Amino acid sequence: MSDAADRHYGRGAFLLLLGGGLSSLAWGTKASGVLSPLTSAFSQLVGNIFPVGGWRIYTISGSMPIFDPKTWRLEIGGLVKKPRSFTYDELLALPRAHQVNDFHCVTGWTVRNVRWSGVRFSHLLDQVEPLPQAKAIRFVSLEQPYNDSLSLGQLHLLDVMLALEMDGEPLTRPHGSPARVVIPEMYGYKGVKWLTRIEMVAHQPTGYWEGLGYDQNAWVGRSNGYTT
Amino acid sequence: MHWVHATAFCILLGSGLCLYLPSLAEAVNRRPLLKSIHLYTAASWAGALLLIFVLGDRRSLLRTAREVDRLDPNGRMNRGQQLNTIVTAAFAILFAITGFLLWYGERDTRFRFASTLLVHDWLMYVSFVLFLGHLYYALILPSTRHSLSGMTRGWVREDWAKRRHPGWVAALRRND
Repeated sequence: MSDAADRHYGRGAFLLLLGGGLSSLAWGTKASGVLSPLTSAFSQLVGNIFPVGGWRIYTISGSMPIFDPKTWRLEIGGLVKKPRSFTYDELLALPRAHQVNDFHCVTGWTVRNVRWSGVRFSHLLDQVEPLPQAKAIRFVSLEQPYNDSLSLGQLHLLDVMLALEMDGEPLTRPHGSPARVVIPEMYGYKGVKWLTRIEMVAHQPTGYWEGLGYDQNAWVGRSNGYTT
Repeated sequence: MHWVHATAFCILLGSGLCLYLPSLAEAVNRRPLLKSIHLYTAASWAGALLLIFVLGDRRSLLRTAREVDRLDPNGRMNRGQQLNTIVTAAFAILFAITGFLLWYGERDTRFRFASTLLVHDWLMYVSFVLFLGHLYYALILPSTRHSLSGMTRGWVREDWAKRRHPGWVAALRRND
C-alpha cells in the first residue's frame, strides 16, 4: 500500500502535459505543417464551422464598416495631378487581374491558395497621374483609425492589387468589402480592408499597427521577429 | 473550484469563438467588447483560483490533489475523472500562458511567437471535446448522471456510490 502511495503518476502526467504544451510553442508550427493535409481536408468537410486553416477576422473598432454601393467612393488624392473619386461600378470597369496566393497573418496563421481578383495599382494610378515627388502610397480604411502604407517600389511588386473579389465572390463584409489591398509578400495587416481613400505622399507615414510596434516592412518570414 | 472553472470556461469559449470564427465574428461584430470580456474573464478566473487557494479549504484541495497524484483507485473520483482533472489542470496553465503571450505579444514583439495562437487553438479543440464528454456523463448517460448531484449539491446517494465507486465507499467506512 505504501508503495502505491509513493507513485506520483498524477504529477508525472501533469508535468508531461505541461512540458509538452510549452515546448509545442517551438514545434507546433512544424507539426501543424505536417498535419495540414489532414486538418485542411477536415476543415473542408466541416466548412466554416471548424476553422482549422481558415480565416480569422480582426477589427480594431466597434463594428465592421458597412458597404453601401450608392454612397461608397474610393477617393484618390494627395500628390497627384488629377485627384478623383471612383464609384464601385467604375472600379469594376477597370482592367481586371487574377491571382492565387497564400495569405499570412503576423499572429501565425496562414490561408493557402486564396483566389483574388481585382485591379492593379498601375491601372488605377494612371487615371490620377501621380506627381514626381510622390514616393509612397497611404491607404485609409473606413474602419477608423486603420491605415497603412507602401513605398512605390513595394506597390509595384508582382502580385500587389486592389482586390474586389475573393475566391470568386465579391469581397464579403468580414473580408473588407468592397475593396481591400492585397500584398502577398507581406503580413496581412498591410492589406488595408474597407478601403475608402488613397493618398500619394512624399514620405511613407506610420500605419496603425506600426504605431503599436509592428514593422513598417512586413515581409513574410523576415519581419516582426520572424526569421526563415 | 469546479464552478469557477466551469463558468470561466463557458464565457471564455463563447467570447473566444466570437473573436475567432468569421461567421460568428460577423454576426456579433463587437470585437473590442468581446476582447475585453475575454480578457477580464481570464483575469477574474485566475484571481478566483488564487482566492480559492488562499481562503478556501486547502486541506480538501490537497486531499484531492494527493488522490489525483496517486491515481488512487479507492478515491472519490474514478480513473477517468482523475485523468480529466490532470488534463484540465495542465490545460488551464497552458491556456493562461499562451493567452498571456497573445495579449502581451501585441505590446512587445519579442514575445510574439508563430505557434502561440496555434497552441491556444488546439487547447481549445481538445478542451471542447473533453467538455462535451464531461457534459454527456454528467447530464445524459443514465448510469453516471447522478454524479451531477455531487457537482451541484456536494453529495451523492449511498447506493449509487456503492455501485459506481465501491473502493471510495469502503475507504470512507474505514475512516469512520
